[in-house]
Amino acid sequence: MTVTSHGRPPARPPAAGATAPPGRRRVRRGHSAPPWWFAAPALLLFAFVVLIPSARGVYYAFTDWDGLSPDFTWVGFGNFADMLDDPDALASIRHTLVIAVAITIIQNGLGLLLALGVNSAIKSRNVLRVLLFAPAVITPIVTAYLWRNLLGPEGAVNALFGALGLESLQKNWLGDPTLALWSVVAVIVWQFAGYSMVIFVAGLQSIPREVQEAAAIDGAGAVRRFWSVTRPLLAPAITINLMLSIIGGIKLFDQVWALTGGGPGHATDTLSTLIYKDAFTLGEFGYSIALAVVLTVIVAVISAGQYAFLSRREADIS
Amino acid sequence: MNRYRRSTFALELGMIAVALVIAFPVYVLINLAVRAPSDTSSPLRPTTSPTLSNFTDAWRDGALGGALGNSLLVTTASVLIVLAVSALAAYPLARVKKNWSRGTFALIMLGLILPFQLATLPLYQTMRDLGLLGQAWALILFYSGLQVPFTTFLYVGFIRGLPRDFEDAALIDGCGYWQAFRHVVFPMLRPITVTALVLNAVFVWNDFFTPLLYLSGSGQQTMPVAVAGFVGQYVSEWNLIFAALLISVIPILLVYFALQRSIINGFAGGLKG
Repeated sequence: MTVTSHGRPPARPPAAGATAPPGRRRVRRGHSAPPWWFAAPALLLFAFVVLIPSARGVYYAFTDWDGLSPDFTWVGFGNFADMLDDPDALASIRHTLVIAVAITIIQNGLGLLLALGVNSAIKSRNVLRVLLFAPAVITPIVTAYLWRNLLGPEGAVNALFGALGLESLQKNWLGDPTLALWSVVAVIVWQFAGYSMVIFVAGLQSIPREVQEAAAIDGAGAVRRFWSVTRPLLAPAITINLMLSIIGGIKLFDQVWALTGGGPGHATDTLSTLIYKDAFTLGEFGYSIALAVVLTVIVAVISAGQYAFLSRREADIS
Repeated sequence: MNRYRRSTFALELGMIAVALVIAFPVYVLINLAVRAPSDTSSPLRPTTSPTLSNFTDAWRDGALGGALGNSLLVTTASVLIVLAVSALAAYPLARVKKNWSRGTFALIMLGLILPFQLATLPLYQTMRDLGLLGQAWALILFYSGLQVPFTTFLYVGFIRGLPRDFEDAALIDGCGYWQAFRHVVFPMLRPITVTALVLNAVFVWNDFFTPLLYLSGSGQQTMPVAVAGFVGQYVSEWNLIFAALLISVIPILLVYFALQRSIINGFAGGLKG
């Protein structure tokens, strides 16, 4: 900001006192500010939709509320204790974490490679950027239904492996309990690798070319340049991408719902799908909200930990 | 460093190959959507006698026209409301350093962490008691509140980076804060408004869980819920289903390709915010 006035005479109002009484500007700043009620409409909407229902949710998590009747009793930590004896709940927590971690690693790794490719001198870079990002704007439930067919026993993926002579790779991708979770991960990565790419490209473009050229002149090879110059300067983009993908992965619902419905059996149930099933097919609202509280705690712990770790690392670099 | 060498050409071919792999599902989607149900050849083989009858059938049987209208209404209204209230709230929250301002901002930022699953069930009960279930208004209200934290976060970050000189000048010239906001501050927020508009519109348009909950069983469905209902009804008639999926995707893709620069910058824009 200060650079802009460099070399020019400082812009000073020639006779401030001639048009306004002296000190008026300071009075304005000292005693008045945008009024608090500007924040009121947003705060009211937020309180009605998020804050109050969330607080009530935390309360219901300690009851046996069935979602309909006005009567319910306080059960203390009963719902949470039940979770420890509920293999489906424990499995869903495990699936949620596996999906989130797998998506975070694979989607960002692929996104970074695509970003480096698109940020090079290739002629098709602009077209490719637009095409590779396109899946990210498509409705997730629609891509999930598309993939449910593609990954079916008679689907296009198996047909493709057949046509390539790779019959051993023809599997029941969504029906096999050991594969289904990874099929879900693959679909998410297909859809959102372009999203990670776009954020990495923005990060890469903010790195001054001179820095790269200086390193090249000093004899650093491509790999060394990436690791020692690009990677540290990419820290803000890495932070945002990791946050987006891990929290998105933990909250995942639509794609699992449309691809497998949590099945086969409970092989792909996540916290989100189990919350929905327990509430709306079993009527166990209290238990379901207790699961949502667990989800909240996981998200909060990961966000806080990730934020602390990454902001410290960024501070080290700069 | 940026010359076109032989290695660049190899990279170009590699990237195009990756793009083709990523585009493969879309090829199958179109290929099967234009195929008559009686044609049971491999999904990879180009359809020999394409037909558009799947599209007319899906449009009629899935009531997709009404769903399209509902999605447009819900997305437009929610995004306009959330942008207006969040920009207005961000102005004092970014400028005032007093306790009430810091406290309010922290409270709203709490919403960035709270997953909506926690609020969903109690809010469902409230909406039911108010008789709002099955109405588009319930969704507009929901998204307008749900997206306040994220949108306010973007606006506050942006306003803090703006110089105060312009609004101070307006205030000295006798504007009130409302006029200063409307005529001076808000126009300067344009870049972040575009970002917030894109991100919120894509989110609301694509969201499935809440409309499934609030609108299922009613005649007023959004596009994702209508598509899910259609899939449930025509379980294995994939040619029809694929036509319905394509119909629901075409509006988004048209907007995306028309405004790709703003949209991609919008998604990448969180980086600068």
